[in-house]
Amino acid sequence: MAEPFLIGEAMTGGYGGADILHDCTIAVEKGQIAVIVGPNGAGKSTGMKAIFGMLKLRLGSVRLNGEDITSLTPQARVAKGMGFVPQTNNIFPSMTVEENLEMGAFIRRDDIRGTMEQIYELFPILRDKRRQAAGELSGGQRQQVAVGRALMTQPSVLMLDEPTAGVSPIVMDELFDRIIEIARTGISILMVEQNARQALEIADKGYVLVQGANRYTDTGAALLADPDVRKSFLGG
Amino acid sequence: MEPLNALVSVSNFMLVPALAYGSQLALGALGITLIFSILRFAHFAHGDTMALGTAAVIGGTWFLQAQGVSIAPLPTALLAIPFGVLVLGLYLLAADRFVYRYYRKVKAKPMIFVMASLGVMFVTNGITRLFMGVGETRFEDGQRFVFTVREFRDWTGLAEGMALRSAQAITIVTALVVMVALFWFLNRTRAGKSMRAYSDNEDLALLSGINPERVVFITWVITAILLVLAGTLYGLDKGFRPFNYFQLLLPMFAAAILGGLGSPLGAIVGAYVVAFAEMGITFAWRRVFGYLMPEGLEPSSMMQLLPVDYKFAVTFAILVIVLLFRPTGIFKGKVL
Repeated sequence: MAEPFLIGEAMTGGYGGADILHDCTIAVEKGQIAVIVGPNGAGKSTGMKAIFGMLKLRLGSVRLNGEDITSLTPQARVAKGMGFVPQTNNIFPSMTVEENLEMGAFIRRDDIRGTMEQIYELFPILRDKRRQAAGELSGGQRQQVAVGRALMTQPSVLMLDEPTAGVSPIVMDELFDRIIEIARTGISILMVEQNARQALEIADKGYVLVQGANRYTDTGAALLADPDVRKSFLGG
Repeated sequence: MEPLNALVSVSNFMLVPALAYGSQLALGALGITLIFSILRFAHFAHGDTMALGTAAVIGGTWFLQAQGVSIAPLPTALLAIPFGVLVLGLYLLAADRFVYRYYRKVKAKPMIFVMASLGVMFVTNGITRLFMGVGETRFEDGQRFVFTVREFRDWTGLAEGMALRSAQAITIVTALVVMVALFWFLNRTRAGKSMRAYSDNEDLALLSGINPERVVFITWVITAILLVLAGTLYGLDKGFRPFNYFQLLLPMFAAAILGGLGSPLGAIVGAYVVAFAEMGITFAWRRVFGYLMPEGLEPSSMMQLLPVDYKFAVTFAILVIVLLFRPTGIFKGKVL
């Protein structure tokens, strides 16, 4: 089997004290959507942060496009083509929408107007609000700014940590639609989600984590159909 | 009733000096607000580093004067400003390298930074006094007045006179130019925007590839420019005395907090409010009201709310009132 585009393999580690991740493997193929779900405290966000280099791994490795990036800093990983949208504090509140996007492209020295145009096409509301401070926008719009900011580096992988936390169901559907659209352009998506059912519906691959270890791994549809997964994690 | 004479009198003794003083405070308060929003601590060494930068400018001025360099009618000190910026810039960067950087690395609490800056303040204070002594140094040369009281009287024919000192005019014009340049820098340039981004959300700035050490470097350089300008202009206007510069710490902080810490616009507005309040409350309004009141009703007292010695009490009162009733300041800044 060919190596996935991005893989965090057999990751073990934590924030210093006890390990949070135990031999956990998460991967995403090119242009696909992988979703990490699981109960509170399962290490979903930690797994994602480990892949992005925000915590030190004791064991295991992270490889992007075949290249071992385990020892790179998050900033270096951004330069390698990884985009990350944190769960909270993911915008520059006092700066305008446009400036947020500009800051997203800070490491780029070429013309960013084309990319900005693409983002305005993906999120038309941002074009209307581009002169407004991002902190004054609604929750859903802020998430769009946050995703847009991460897309400004033209990443090959976009990592989203609970993008729909705290937004209304309508906005959530809308965001998921946009995420599918992003994946269609060839960008791999790795996402942690609370709304497990909806997220698995759009997922090519799903990872159910429990206590920092893989419990179930399958396609999104198969996980949704699995009676054990349904009973334990999707509320029947 | 002679409203015109009243206006001239109040301009001469209160409005113009307050405008100049406010401009000097604004430049200083901008530095405080920048450091607070980017390095996230209250820079207590602000007044004394300002004195050190000004001392360097004075040294440069003496050197230039000895060489016979002059840009009359403008004061020679203006030529020495780049030298002052260089000296103070290196000093602040050294302080950052040897003091603050360690605390940044261990993610110390803001109060630890404040105490560290207090230490830097004492050291800086000592260095300045070593070179300049504790007495007053005047270094203003060139043409002293844009127009004098006599010229103004002859020109307008009013009983009341008004003078505009060169130092005041230079202060107001320079402050205006610097403020516009600073806003342009912060809002239009890549480096300026990266500073605002870092101030807004440090972690996300890191994720976006903004180099924090570079942001810190630029912040100190801008602070050095603002401090040297503020200190030189204040010194040209009122003479240089290290202790006076230390005392400026209070009105500068009051201005930054009143305007809203972290807001550059707030620092400017706050500085003028503090300056006009200090001057207005300690100003003897007798002459002005003498012109304004109908005949026979002229005030017999000085109409001075507080003696000039209490001007810092006014500032302190402003500070306390702001912290009690609106700790975020006029422009909704951060809380200290």
